[in-house]
Amino acid sequence: MQRILILGAGTAGTMAANHLRKELGSEYEITIVDQDETHYYQPGFLFIPFGTYQPSDVVKPTADFLRKGISYVNGEVASLEPTANTVLLADGRTFGYDHLIIATGTHPTLGETPGLDSDEYGKTVHDFFSLESAVALQEALESFKEGRLVVSLIEMPIKCPVAPLEFAFLAEAHFTDLGIRDKVEIVYVTPMSSVFTKPVASEQLGDMFEQRGIHLEPDFYLERVDAEAKMLVSYDEREVPYDLLVTVPINMGASFVGAAGIGDELNHVRVDPGNFQSPDYPNIFALGDAASLPTSKAGSVAHFAMDTFVPNFVDYLRGLPMKHEFDGHANCYIETGHDKAMLIDFNYKTQPLPGKYPVPGIGPFSLLEESKVNHRGKLAFRWMYWNLLLPGRHLPVSSEMSMAGKDTDLA
Amino acid sequence: MPTTAIADKEIQVDAEGFMTEYDEWDEDLARVLASNIGIGELTEVHWSVINFLRADYVERGETPTLRRVSTTGGIPTKELFVLFPKKPARKMAYVAGLPKPVGCI
Repeated sequence: MQRILILGAGTAGTMAANHLRKELGSEYEITIVDQDETHYYQPGFLFIPFGTYQPSDVVKPTADFLRKGISYVNGEVASLEPTANTVLLADGRTFGYDHLIIATGTHPTLGETPGLDSDEYGKTVHDFFSLESAVALQEALESFKEGRLVVSLIEMPIKCPVAPLEFAFLAEAHFTDLGIRDKVEIVYVTPMSSVFTKPVASEQLGDMFEQRGIHLEPDFYLERVDAEAKMLVSYDEREVPYDLLVTVPINMGASFVGAAGIGDELNHVRVDPGNFQSPDYPNIFALGDAASLPTSKAGSVAHFAMDTFVPNFVDYLRGLPMKHEFDGHANCYIETGHDKAMLIDFNYKTQPLPGKYPVPGIGPFSLLEESKVNHRGKLAFRWMYWNLLLPGRHLPVSSEMSMAGKDTDLA
Repeated sequence: MPTTAIADKEIQVDAEGFMTEYDEWDEDLARVLASNIGIGELTEVHWSVINFLRADYVERGETPTLRRVSTTGGIPTKELFVLFPKKPARKMAYVAGLPKPVGCI
């Protein structure tokens, strides 16, 4: 009996467990560990502050999505000893493994930014990356009728890198719909030099902030938050005042990753970007946001990765070479407000380009362009997530990025 | 890719002037690149940043972030803003002859 241990029952861990259970016989035992008995549909958190989704729309029991033959353990990982092939849980239980898959994600870490974790958190300072924080922000937005809303991206990488942009766009639409747009100033603070950094996206979308009257504060590296003075202070002493602050706190992987010596400086697991294997320990793999990869931290990446990861992992188990190479494919909707959205499609090598997706020339989705169909696609995706993606059923789109349907003249 | 002549050398650069060929870089070029962006003299600390960046790029295959330079390279972020004012991530990559650090879109 070979023991496969999966840490984390989020998007990547759940999909991997289900796919592997289908592929592997009973000589392989599959155990999955997660501290949360609730599975969250994280892309839905964005809609909660605006009342589009209710909390009940984004939660289901973790165990409901695991196929028969997968053992689910509810517990928190305390430490990993990669030389002993063991994982210790916070409650003292120890699990040995022959093969380990780390899928513990990445999480907002307030303590990394001085002044962020204060009594004001949940009052004038917010994020929307957990259900609780999204609900608190919904209440804050409801009573926010005038003043300065600052959306602050602190440092890359973050999970769902377009989320802060989407929040700014949806906030603009929200205040416009309420008829108080002229009373609310919206400021977007980012450490990057522009809203969009890839050449074609920058060219196509560079004026989206101007059109919406959103003020951009670029090259702003946040050093600390002065919650009392309601002020963001950068490393080069620039100050941005706010009445309501919506941050994306620094995202970090699980601390046991750093302690085990297999992570980067943000505790994301170092892996081969083509097959997700740790360069340090060949029986350790990392999937989804937990992995340090030169592509977006997004559910779509975890999903597209399965088509190469699963056959590779099966070959690896049989002592064969891993033949498939993941291309870094990511595909993200960007909500732009007023019931419209954009879609971007890219990989390790190809920047987001305009065109149609998934059927070349037809769509129905438009790449790098706003449309109502894109927005309906984003809303419809929640059903696909629960019913097709997590259980490990196939979606009617290719996992490998395609150049067909893209306007390559612009690249 | 466009090329440009700096210090009598023909080098390959991207549209924004970042060098694209790792091996075309040398220390004389770095001094010229630095003066192009208003950094008059490269101090010992500048060089330690540049040397860390280039060594790390070889090891990891990507331009290191400010966080990596501070946590692994040992030069605090606050100091990087003094050495390479306003846009340290871009400026230090430019002087070290490495690709521009990028976001996803």
